[in-house]
Amino acid sequence: MTTADNRVRIDAYPTHRIAGHHVRAGSPLPFGACLVPGGINFSVYSDRATRMWLVLFEPGAREPLAELEFPPSFRIGSVYAMTVFGLDAESLEYGFRADGPFDPERGDRFDATRVLTDPYARLISGRDEWGAEPDRDRPCPYRSRTVLDDFDWGDDAPLRLPAHDLVVYELHVRGFTRHPSSGVTAPGTYAGLREKIPYLKELGVNCVELMPVFEFDEHDNPRSDPATGEPLLDYWGYNTIGFLAPKAGYAATGRFGMQADEFKALVKELHAAGIEVVLDVVFNHTAEGNEQGPTISFRGLDNATYYMLTPAGDYYNFSGTGNTVNCNHPVVRDFVLNCLRHWVSQYHIDGFRFDLAAILDRAPDGTPLANPPLLEQLAHDPVLRHCKLIAEAWDAAGLYEVGAFPAYGRWAEWNGKYRDAVRRFLRGDPGTVGELATRIAGSPDLYTGRGTTASVNFVTAHDGFTLHDLVSYDTKHNEANGEGNTDGADDNHSWNCGVEGPTDDPDVLRLRIRQMKNAMAVLLTSQGIPMLLAGDETARTQSGNNNTYCQDNELSWFDWNRRDTYAELHRFVRCLIAFRHAHPLLRSPCHPGGPAPDAAGPADISWHGVRAWQPDWSAESRLLALMRSGDEQIYVAMNAHWEPHDLELPRPEPGTEWHLVVDTAAEPTQDIRDPGEEMPLEVPGHYRIAPRSTVILLARP
Amino acid sequence: MPFSVSVTTSADTATIELSGELDAASAPAFHDTIEKAAAAGVGHVAIKAHHLTYMASAGLRSLVFARQKMGEDVRITVAGATAPVARTIRQAGFDRSVTLVDE
Repeated sequence: MTTADNRVRIDAYPTHRIAGHHVRAGSPLPFGACLVPGGINFSVYSDRATRMWLVLFEPGAREPLAELEFPPSFRIGSVYAMTVFGLDAESLEYGFRADGPFDPERGDRFDATRVLTDPYARLISGRDEWGAEPDRDRPCPYRSRTVLDDFDWGDDAPLRLPAHDLVVYELHVRGFTRHPSSGVTAPGTYAGLREKIPYLKELGVNCVELMPVFEFDEHDNPRSDPATGEPLLDYWGYNTIGFLAPKAGYAATGRFGMQADEFKALVKELHAAGIEVVLDVVFNHTAEGNEQGPTISFRGLDNATYYMLTPAGDYYNFSGTGNTVNCNHPVVRDFVLNCLRHWVSQYHIDGFRFDLAAILDRAPDGTPLANPPLLEQLAHDPVLRHCKLIAEAWDAAGLYEVGAFPAYGRWAEWNGKYRDAVRRFLRGDPGTVGELATRIAGSPDLYTGRGTTASVNFVTAHDGFTLHDLVSYDTKHNEANGEGNTDGADDNHSWNCGVEGPTDDPDVLRLRIRQMKNAMAVLLTSQGIPMLLAGDETARTQSGNNNTYCQDNELSWFDWNRRDTYAELHRFVRCLIAFRHAHPLLRSPCHPGGPAPDAAGPADISWHGVRAWQPDWSAESRLLALMRSGDEQIYVAMNAHWEPHDLELPRPEPGTEWHLVVDTAAEPTQDIRDPGEEMPLEVPGHYRIAPRSTVILLARP
Repeated sequence: MPFSVSVTTSADTATIELSGELDAASAPAFHDTIEKAAAAGVGHVAIKAHHLTYMASAGLRSLVFARQKMGEDVRITVAGATAPVARTIRQAGFDRSVTLVDE
């Protein structure tokens, strides 16, 4: 056997010279800019363009360094591909210029005066520091960059935690540490969040769901503060510019172009702490808006491919933002798939939550599809095989698919019905007990055959009130958003506990704390995947604003001082999460199966009322209790009534008796007891439940 | 100030002294030196950055390159990094690849 000759024997070499650069016909795949021996391969798709240029910039330079037109021989199918030799990947920005017809009725909106951002840009420069005033006249404001694949992942890989074990925590990267009280070295960044991992670990959450981290332009918001006249930023970022590029302004090192490294370091360290990372992804629309919006990328490259268009060539607006991505077009499907593969393989992301996901099952003409190819493809893709796929199963045009989202055995859903049922019950609405029971049991009415992990249960999320505000405001107070309080949802199912907003009434304040504990107790003892909104464990308030998409200020930021002022609530939530982790009975992936096959044994879930075995399903009932039975037994009683009740308890298994774990009406630290400290009942078989409170009992010897 | 790099090897340590400006233009010289140190099979690479006047992102990325070229058991230290450079190294997460030391 001879030793292989490791010298390079075949290499690409230039065949042409264009605009002073040595080039050759490139490889059409992969799309975007990829490093190849001796150069960079650029590839871009456009079906209807008549001419295409690669535009190169030195970093930060206003005018291009060179414009290289793709000769006809460099076009394969509808893909323009060129390898350019001798470029320094680390000091290069680029874009494309496409010429073609401007004929909106036929779907074409080419504009050869624009330099376009590469849809496959792995990095984007132009908004490198959050909020820094941009040069609005700069040609090609969002420039594409290449990225080196040199991150030291060590042995890291996506964690693949069982879905039924997850406790999800939805957070905003900037908002989590931007407040001066965060105490981190780089507030508002990936690095800042990395410093707070010990907090997350102590709280006990094992999955963070990050609000959008794909590159967006925070300056893209037409509103201004009605009080000061100052422009309001797009703080949330549901307005993507680059689907493969991490938001540079969230990186302390963004001005050095190191946002990919900083974000990867965050993911790696979260994984080391046992915490998965789910990204909130926005594939339903782009930042290009409607016919009046800016031409950034898709519109100028191939408008008719990337957007859903009416027969007259106008934009369908199922997203409520002006345009709708044409997700079930084969080229766009391929794009979405490649984006997600990129995040899983290059960033080790554990899962995705799809914003307005109902749009993903619409056909190019907007019709909902019974068997949408994109969703099926995502469900079966080899690279995405083990990542979590979570749908926000509705859109802004009335398609509401909670319980009906095409799941292919993979997809979970944000369960909006769970949110509403729990809120209405806790508020004391009549006629809510029956639905509450269904929701707590993992919504078998919605997810038969899919199991309880199809349901992501939540009471609060970024959209809407925080938990504190849910129990402090009857109505929204969104004046600061500059739309005269007309934006944001009106059906909040909230109750202010007697006073609208801030108060020093001690009874109201105690009731609010108790209601927050009640919500957490219901959420964390329900079957399904619980999701908490960051800061709810410390009673984060937005002063009644239920739509803080444009509030990059203390209204939105996590105020770390509240960890001390609401230490009682924080401890309660931390202990409750630990209780959930300690008792698999609470997180069974299977829906309750009814009576046990052994008639002598208890059913896996049984329902009770003030009297054992006698649940009151009537419209005026405001109390529901349940007993879960398996390897152990747990009893949960929820009283949304304004009166106390003397509960008769079902008899636990022989050899055990009920011990008190949680009573939300008790003083701290008696409200929740540490493992092993559960207290036997004073009167076995009975417990007096206080008004508007929740009790959890554990059967123990 | 022009960039210069030198390497001395003693016992189990390769000491790399940097001075001037480490940027995209000068990084390749640093990379060559890293490869020499890797070939020497030492257990510790000590990068002395006290006389470095400027370190661009390409220079910072060279530290990742160093990590990749060395075995996992090779310790890489960086001494004398200015406060902004040290901060950037930490924020980008490069301090998991190299160890910042005070010397």
